[in-house]
Amino acid sequence: MKFLYQPWPWYVAGPLIGLVVPALLILGNKPFGISSTLKHICASCIPNKVPFFNYDWKKDSWNFYFIGGIILGAFLANIVFGNTGKVKISYETTRDLLQLGIYKYNTLLPMEIFSWKGLFTVRGFVLIVVGGFLVGFGTRWGNGCTSGHAITGISNLQWSSMVATVCFFAGGLFATHALLPLILKIGQKVSTGGLNINF
Amino acid sequence: MKENIKYIAAGTAFGFVLTKAEVISWFRIQEMFRFQSFHMYGIIGSAIAVGMVSLYIIRKYNIKTVEGETILLEGKKFNKGFVYGSFLFGIGWAFTGACPGPIYAQIGAGFLVSVVLLLAAVAGTFTYGYYRDKLPH
Repeated sequence: MKFLYQPWPWYVAGPLIGLVVPALLILGNKPFGISSTLKHICASCIPNKVPFFNYDWKKDSWNFYFIGGIILGAFLANIVFGNTGKVKISYETTRDLLQLGIYKYNTLLPMEIFSWKGLFTVRGFVLIVVGGFLVGFGTRWGNGCTSGHAITGISNLQWSSMVATVCFFAGGLFATHALLPLILKIGQKVSTGGLNINF
Repeated sequence: MKENIKYIAAGTAFGFVLTKAEVISWFRIQEMFRFQSFHMYGIIGSAIAVGMVSLYIIRKYNIKTVEGETILLEGKKFNKGFVYGSFLFGIGWAFTGACPGPIYAQIGAGFLVSVVLLLAAVAGTFTYGYYRDKLPH
């Protein structure tokens, strides 16, 4: 039981995530891929005449049950069987992020950004809203995300998914090393500054 | 509903593992993109290895679905969007610390501001659909 309350190491979590691929196939011939759920939300919840969203989304309604399960599972993992909260990231990461003005390390996400208060700061808005937009736009343009391309696609020996995964990492490295230092610092000055707004 | 309970169960297991392994943590994604820990590489790498072996076994022994159907997993045909779109998604992944699965998991884990993240992602997908014909593929 104690195991349920602790963070899990990669060698337990990774293989279990890999098993979702055969599980969904055996349960109902469903391909594992989450970003398509965003498309189904557009098709089912937003009244529109865009051809891309005019299809029989009800055939893919199993996706909504799967999402519901993800939300429930995360609730169980973090609230019912809650962790101690603090993520044991490496010393180097903490050091680098401190320099970028991230000071709160007591939950899974940095609360100065990923909170209602943080949302209304420049850096919070850019990371949450612009970042979220890019996730939705990019995964659909690229026809998949980490689950559909990196895990399912590469497992299925698709070179196109390998290319997509390399591009995920290229984008992530560019954002982390070139964009985030600017966004986190500018945003911090605006949100804490008041008088000395310095771009 | 009854027929979809199995997908709720699979989703629950997936969401539980994502959260317990801290895959939904912005800190873990930063650590990954800074090459400062093996954690995320271990998770993605071992998930791919298990997925690959599973698909091999399914094909070799012609394992059927619970309903007795032949299992089919189609590949995705490459186009230029795989490069441009995936690069933009990578930026979004580093910004938010979440790919689509973890967005839902963050909401379930109690980070309700991620509802805004989800709405932004839906807006992004909708914008793609709207301008699809004008984008290179």
